[in-house]
Amino acid sequence: MNADISDRPASGEEMIRVEGLKKHYIKRNGFGEIRALDGVDVTINKGEVVVIIGPSGSGKSTLLRSLNMLELPTEGRIWVDGEEITDRKADVNRLRHKMGMVFQHFNLFPHMTVLRNMTIAPMKLRKETQEEAEARAMKLLEKVGLKDRAGAYPNQLSGGQKQRVAIVRALCMQPDVMLFDEPTSALDPEMVGEVLEVMKDLARGGMTMACVTHEMGFAREVATRVIFIDGGRIIEEGTPDQMFNHPQSERLQSFLAKVL
Amino acid sequence: MFDAIKRWFQGIAEDFTDNFITGDRWKWLLEGLKNTLIISLLAVLIGIVIGVIVASVRSTYDKNGEAMRLRGGFGFKVFSFFNWLCNVYLTVIRGTPMVVQLLIMYFIIFASSTNGLMVAVISFGINSGAYLAEIFRGGIMSVDGGQFEAGRALGFNYVQTMIYIVIPQMFKIVLPTLCNEFIALIKETAVAGYVGIRDLTKAGDEIRGRTFSAFMPLIAVALIYLGLVMLLTKLVSLLERRLRKNER
Repeated sequence: MNADISDRPASGEEMIRVEGLKKHYIKRNGFGEIRALDGVDVTINKGEVVVIIGPSGSGKSTLLRSLNMLELPTEGRIWVDGEEITDRKADVNRLRHKMGMVFQHFNLFPHMTVLRNMTIAPMKLRKETQEEAEARAMKLLEKVGLKDRAGAYPNQLSGGQKQRVAIVRALCMQPDVMLFDEPTSALDPEMVGEVLEVMKDLARGGMTMACVTHEMGFAREVATRVIFIDGGRIIEEGTPDQMFNHPQSERLQSFLAKVL
Repeated sequence: MFDAIKRWFQGIAEDFTDNFITGDRWKWLLEGLKNTLIISLLAVLIGIVIGVIVASVRSTYDKNGEAMRLRGGFGFKVFSFFNWLCNVYLTVIRGTPMVVQLLIMYFIIFASSTNGLMVAVISFGINSGAYLAEIFRGGIMSVDGGQFEAGRALGFNYVQTMIYIVIPQMFKIVLPTLCNEFIALIKETAVAGYVGIRDLTKAGDEIRGRTFSAFMPLIAVALIYLGLVMLLTKLVSLLERRLRKNER
């Protein structure tokens, strides 16, 4: 199914490249270190849908959040669209325009309407006029079936609706790549489907995506590549077919045995 | 019996006339009220300015310090120094009594000044700033961290994220506490008499000293304070309801 996704050729042009990424925390009691990431190399090409899986505490969220510098790497370098975001002189804020992010807990701005949530960044950061920004926002809302909720406040929406708004809010900045940090983990089960549907649409539309998720069905169906992380390192990566049907490493096998 | 009641009322009327009408003594109270309001209002303004600055420095240090430290350089050292300075300010101001601060300001720091009112405004402003700073900082820190991250992830810089996203939400959180602080400030200005300012309390006390009857002037003063505070509380609750309505 959905041959149109997994068979589509990756352009080979790189979107994000990560080299030797490490993130170490000092433990709260001051003794010893936690190695959330312990030397990760990964490249995400334009047009790819990369799904990152792994047990909790494996560092997969840390990896994703490092890509747009929400987590500051202890070591290693990251390039976004050819520019090094980890460089001391890099304009991190401008590079973040290229990356839309969707959070587990939606993080919509509760003091603004849905429409304002979507237009504030384009208007303030891309200097779009209100008409331009609202026109695009309404078009996106229509696509995800929430046109009639444009004037609502986030509190008035269900979890699934909130997450759909959060996705289109990120899209309003016209990013080149979308980062998803467990987008369905905080949702009631019956709302997971509607959010995954929006993400699948996005993938079919050719958006470059990096997604941390526990939805193995989604990974199988949509991913062009699956990365398995444990203990802060990439243990195994490959196509969904390789990963789910012929896992090589023991750790991936035991992980899949637990979650599938 | 009837006579007794009549005499009682007459007594009250005489007392009232003596305390407020004779020699236009009500004007003393009015002037006192004016001074109390001037001190409170200006002190609140100064306090908010100081409070916002100190809270920004402290919460920026808490939130963004790691990023700044990693970038390193001279800027971070300067910033650390300001953070330290803010901590000293908070410790000293919150650790000493308001009256003592007022006396020190009036008799030591501004000993050459004859404008007691301005000295009081500055003292109360500096004092209130310390409390407001901690209220604002508490508010900023209690806005969900995800809000800050969402703003940064969209590409807003630190200041923009604060202005568009965190501070509007902070304001709603701290409003009741803020109201509390304003009420405390209004009543705290009652010690301004220590440095020779005729504020509301002092005015009432002077009337008492002149007429040798304590009841009328002091109760009047208490009622005026009560009225002020009730008015303020009402205004804040209206504001609160308006802010809440925005979300439903």
